[in-house]
Amino acid sequence: MKFKSKPAFVPYLLWIALFVIAPIGLVLYYSMLDLNGEFTLVNYKNFFTSAYLTMTLTSFWYAFIITFFTLLISYPTAYLLTKTKHKHLWLMLIIIPSWINLLLKTYAFIGIFGLYGPVNALMKIVGFDPTQILFTDFSFVFVAVYIFIPFMIIPIFNALDKMNPSLIYAARDLGASPLTTFRRVIFPLTIEGVKSGIQVTFIPALSLFMITRLIAGNKVITLGTAIEQQFLVAQNWGMGSTIAVFLILSMFAIMLFTRTKKKGGRV
Amino acid sequence: MRSQLTTSAKVFLAIVFVILYAPIFYLIFYSFNSGGSMGSFEGFTLEHYQAVFDDNRLLVILINTVIVALLSALIATIIGTLGAVGIVSLKDNKLRNIVLSLNNILIVSPDVVIGASFLILFTMIGVKLGFTSVLISHIAFSIPIVVLMVLPKILEMNTNLIDAALDLGANRRDVLTRVIVPYIKPGILAGFFMALTYSLDDFAVTFFVTGNGFSTLSVEIYSMARAGISLTVNAISGLVFIVTIAIVVMYYFITMRSKKTEGSIQ
Repeated sequence: MKFKSKPAFVPYLLWIALFVIAPIGLVLYYSMLDLNGEFTLVNYKNFFTSAYLTMTLTSFWYAFIITFFTLLISYPTAYLLTKTKHKHLWLMLIIIPSWINLLLKTYAFIGIFGLYGPVNALMKIVGFDPTQILFTDFSFVFVAVYIFIPFMIIPIFNALDKMNPSLIYAARDLGASPLTTFRRVIFPLTIEGVKSGIQVTFIPALSLFMITRLIAGNKVITLGTAIEQQFLVAQNWGMGSTIAVFLILSMFAIMLFTRTKKKGGRV
Repeated sequence: MRSQLTTSAKVFLAIVFVILYAPIFYLIFYSFNSGGSMGSFEGFTLEHYQAVFDDNRLLVILINTVIVALLSALIATIIGTLGAVGIVSLKDNKLRNIVLSLNNILIVSPDVVIGASFLILFTMIGVKLGFTSVLISHIAFSIPIVVLMVLPKILEMNTNLIDAALDLGANRRDVLTRVIVPYIKPGILAGFFMALTYSLDDFAVTFFVTGNGFSTLSVEIYSMARAGISLTVNAISGLVFIVTIAIVVMYYFITMRSKKTEGSIQ
């Protein structure tokens, strides 16, 4: 393009320098400061003690479980959605709940899972004693899965929607069973959608902190909760930054793992 | 695809839809409860909505939230659109890819990390935590999504249009405002609405950079929810739901209209 407009580009470049590069640099810098602002590697030493390593591993484990169940529900939903009439209308209806404020949806579950909430009322009818479902890891995983489902469905839906249906007919005509068709044709062709779905679920699942606070009642500590704790409660920005550095590293690792390969050829 | 949905497929979809919507309607349903809890419905009342509108502090927070959302979306849309135009005009492919990767970092970054690093940044350069820091943060995390919405529109644009305009004596400013912007308007609109929802939805980043005196709706709901169940929050969710639907409908009609006018030009 011949058109050039340098001064108009300046604010954007300033934004990159100030709000993309500088923050990462600052987090790195702060991770090497102790509480008195002295230069040290003690935060990294602390991070590699069993307490922090266990926390990191549990955080990854929860993120893994959350992503797994989100995918387990989202894939069939997206698949069935592409087969409905007016599929874009239905997709729209799936997306709308994702636009309702996250905090409100989380708050709803405080009532739903509460001791006098509808779930316990239902349990009573079936004959169980009311139990506290809130503040357990089950409620944490459930609410997180609930929140991530629309974000997982969208990329999978798009991948399925782009797929050429004659490939499926071809597989069937050639004698593949529905399972084989799915395993060898449909799933490999939509793997890119699944990957972006995993990306938008796993990384936030590592860093959620309001759901752990509101629903899991401090029983579940994720990397995000730990960062919030260090920054806003303990006021130990150095340690908080160190955890943030590891969160950023995991983020890059996941992005590398779920990188979409741009292959040539037709879609 | 040929096959009709089987009954079990329909049941599965129905369950997913019920689960997705049940919590939202559950909240709204109990916002009309005259009892104080979300456990038993005692009678119909509008007192919780009345409470929202009687609470001056809450109203100020609502207004703050809307102002921050509109202002940040507007500024992010301007900077992001110009940024997207700039990215396309970069000749060096390698450089373009680097800029694009930098652009996407804030989109995939966990919001806790964004919040924490912005908090360090604002403290370092001496920005007082409050309205300014929240507004700047919202602009900052909305810019990349605007770029992503506008970029494909510019890429699909026929560059001959720009060459023609330049040949016919238009200056750069005219090319931008009279040729490029009208063409990429749908992308700009989509970017603006995305930025708007990003800002309205954000909790974590705001929570970090908000300081003491200033609050947005998300942060306020969080502190109310930590204190336990309050049906005022239910009333707020009823209002938020209506506003969300209104934004969706508005966006739908605006895009439909611009599609129609676009169609009549071509």
